[in-house]
Amino acid sequence: MPSLDSTTPITSELIAAHGITPEEYARIQGILGRDPNITELGMFSVMWSEHCSYKNSKPILKLFSKMNAALPHQENLLVKPGQENAGIVDIGDGLAVCFKIESHNHPSAIEPFQGAATGVGGILRDIFTMGARPVLLMNSLRFGDLAQPVSQRLFRGVVAGIAHYGNCMGIPTVGGDVYFDASYEGNPLVNAMALGIIKKNEIVRGAATGVGNPVYYVGATTGRDGLGGAAFASKELSEQSHEDRPAVQVGDPFMEKLLMEACLELLKTNALVGMQDMGAAGLTCAGCETASRASTGVEIDLMHVPRRESGMIPYEILLSESQERMLVIVKKGKEKEVERIFEKWDLHAVKIGEVTKGDKYRVLHEGRVAAEIPAKALADEGPIYIREEERPAYLEEAQKLDLTAVKEAGDLSGVLKRLLSYPSIACKAWVWEQYDHMVRTDTVFYPGHDAALIRVKGTQKGIAVSTDCNSLYVYLDPLEGGKIAVAEAARNVVCSGAKPIGVTNCLNFGNPMKPEIFWQFHQAVSGMIESCTALEVPVTGGNVSFYNESPQGAIYPTPTIGMVGLLDNIDKRVPSAFRNEGDIVFLAGETFNELGGSHYLMIEHGLKKGLPPRLDLKRERALQQFILAAADGRKLVSCHDLSEGGLALALAECCLKSQQGLGASVTDLGEIRKGRAGLRTDALYFGESQSRAVISVKPEHRDEVKRLAQKRGVALFEIGKVGGDTLVIEDKVRLPVSEMKGLFNSTIPDIMEVP
Amino acid sequence: MKTAVIVFPGSNCDTDCFHAARDVMKMSVEYIWHKDRDLPKVDLVIIPGGFSYGDYLRTGAIARFSPVMESVIKHAGEGRAVIGICNGFQILLEAGLLPGAMLRNKTLEFICKHVWIRTEENLTIFTGKIDIGETLCIPIAHGEGNYYCDDETLKALHGNSQVVFRYTSRDGKVGDKFNPNGSRDHIAGIVNKKKNVLGMMPHPERASEELLGSSDGRKIWNSIMNALE
Repeated sequence: MPSLDSTTPITSELIAAHGITPEEYARIQGILGRDPNITELGMFSVMWSEHCSYKNSKPILKLFSKMNAALPHQENLLVKPGQENAGIVDIGDGLAVCFKIESHNHPSAIEPFQGAATGVGGILRDIFTMGARPVLLMNSLRFGDLAQPVSQRLFRGVVAGIAHYGNCMGIPTVGGDVYFDASYEGNPLVNAMALGIIKKNEIVRGAATGVGNPVYYVGATTGRDGLGGAAFASKELSEQSHEDRPAVQVGDPFMEKLLMEACLELLKTNALVGMQDMGAAGLTCAGCETASRASTGVEIDLMHVPRRESGMIPYEILLSESQERMLVIVKKGKEKEVERIFEKWDLHAVKIGEVTKGDKYRVLHEGRVAAEIPAKALADEGPIYIREEERPAYLEEAQKLDLTAVKEAGDLSGVLKRLLSYPSIACKAWVWEQYDHMVRTDTVFYPGHDAALIRVKGTQKGIAVSTDCNSLYVYLDPLEGGKIAVAEAARNVVCSGAKPIGVTNCLNFGNPMKPEIFWQFHQAVSGMIESCTALEVPVTGGNVSFYNESPQGAIYPTPTIGMVGLLDNIDKRVPSAFRNEGDIVFLAGETFNELGGSHYLMIEHGLKKGLPPRLDLKRERALQQFILAAADGRKLVSCHDLSEGGLALALAECCLKSQQGLGASVTDLGEIRKGRAGLRTDALYFGESQSRAVISVKPEHRDEVKRLAQKRGVALFEIGKVGGDTLVIEDKVRLPVSEMKGLFNSTIPDIMEVP
Repeated sequence: MKTAVIVFPGSNCDTDCFHAARDVMKMSVEYIWHKDRDLPKVDLVIIPGGFSYGDYLRTGAIARFSPVMESVIKHAGEGRAVIGICNGFQILLEAGLLPGAMLRNKTLEFICKHVWIRTEENLTIFTGKIDIGETLCIPIAHGEGNYYCDDETLKALHGNSQVVFRYTSRDGKVGDKFNPNGSRDHIAGIVNKKKNVLGMMPHPERASEELLGSSDGRKIWNSIMNALE
């Protein structure tokens, strides 16, 4: 970019280079009543980018709020989606959880280590900005085929980056999900989620209230790194994207740790008015959003902003996305108290301005006004587009599946072995052992469970969290796929004994200007809403990431779900794996001839085709209520949800994740076959019919569990017994647990570990 | 029993140690900020894990210059107990309270998992209630836990019975595949000559409650309380 200063003429080329359309420019002229200067043009360009303004997604995202408003128990939703930096849900006893998931896809594609690291840093700031103490991290990752060296490089870099940031912060990364698929080649997904705990009466708003109150800049210095990152995130990745490397920020988790401790210490004083992190769009966003929320003005003087480079012009200072910085509004007269806290933590805390009357975000530089824009116009009144939608042509062919032409596999032990060795399914210990998943001494269910579970010290409560999205389903049928993403994440949480209380989502899609992509987006959101409504779980917010395309095309549509559940008594938790010899194994839920979109079809037959399984929300709800009732009555020894790989894989996981390496003898599938004429054996073993779980139960609880299922109309099949050291399924599968463990555990290290 | 947990900028197991000591073991505990020059009279000083000063320069290299360290060195010199866990161990090495140094893990990756360590000595404040040869299941979480010392130091460590914990299998077998980080002679924890300063990479505070998967760490806390109360 040529050098920009206050005299730079605003040409149509310059406007276009900022991603602003002629119509949007006319709107800016209308707002200001004049032409913007270059600084103002830059500010509009980042605030009106998709990343900050959601200009292409807002009309669809509003559907979430509409849905929330119709749910029971809305009073538990303390901060609604889009209102603040993260959503907050009441968990009782004066406490609440604050959580959010956010993408850092594009930076991670260019520079995987720093891209992923700063993604973690950003999501953590969103949590402690609200006054909550972050207690866990999760992440949902997607890469191309792991056989490709480029996917291995990205995978290695992203995992190391997440570890680097989270470990140093002392916040455990307790789980997540990782899938590999060719559609993510060149455009990996890195979605980071954080959850914090907060006292209900200590919630901090990102609002600049109280005219005359000082505005402080705290934390790291401002440099030229990450300049215009928000605008960069709103473009498709191209061969030239590597030239955008300066738009990727560099993280310093040590600085953020100090910043977090200082901010949380500040919270305990009564000096704090409002707080906002400087993430995407940096000082521009923090200034106008805090003013907009409070319906005030804010005036700052750039002379006071601590800088790490000389010769920075207002344009650069305002658009910098240097990490680990916060804007803090404090009570007038309390300045000394505030400065003392930041001094204790050896951090910059500089008064750069104050809250003003009116509605303007005014920026001074060297005694002159560098920018003056109505804060609300910049923050909230960006353009909104209703994009065209069109059902994609690929669906016609992709949804076609003639099962009669799909030959049933003969060697089912062999199929199971190949599933266990498939990277998306295989054990991810190589990932989570690089993450400190135990620090804070709250982690009760380690990664590898259906859901992660932490305790809340000082209470009996547990918080269960799961991230999930089967994007092949969404690709094949966006509506059904969206429904399943929510239902399955909820099921994961329910299997641990926790009741779902809130959803955050990260909607990763291609270019929304393409009507087919926008159709996928709208359909997936509609599906998610159907499930949230039926399961009565509110959406608390999240993030949209468009333009996930590489020269090969768009990624599979991936609406990642972060599901949060509450367990009132952590002693009633239910682990995923078998625990006792002699326990009875039940399959809960019904099995259909459903193989479309299954991993079996993909791995054994090379087909990514067909309609994904149908989700009947009445059945799903009944299953979840049954599991919660049985867990509450302490009648379940283990509970594991069925997903990729179906019944056979779920049984294998229940065995190989058991501490003693327990096997199982599953010989009674006749009842299931009898009830479903024409059910194929491969569909019974590996089909992915929804709303099912494998549970193990002590023999003395058999009748009670059956009664609980019957009461809710849940089909329950007694299929076998836990025991021995081998998994036996009828006369078709016979695999020693140790052999399955070997395959499951060695797949990823064998690919990733340099010999 | 009175305990102090030292807090450096970047410490992140300080609250975990505090919780284990106060809420689980019922000790009387207080935090001491690293800028405090004066250490109150306590029986035990815990230097917790974390990333003091962001691991800048070298793990533990800057923390040892914190004002409080003078008092910790004095406290140790008077024969009173100090336990350094993980980054705390690294700080004790940098401060010269324990011999040797830390290298990057042999995998060059951060490792967090439960490991087994075998108790090699029980004539110490920290292991008095544990049998020699008894194995404990305690998690590690570090990127630089590959303990190194020269031949002479190693000989002296063994000669003075200073090697307290070694990585082994569950049933106490020594071998490279049970050593997570490549440490010299499979060392997981050592004491000084006077045996009042312990440095260990595994985190006993993370293994103090059954709910979290292991309570073997309590055997160390129990030994300390038994010796000092």
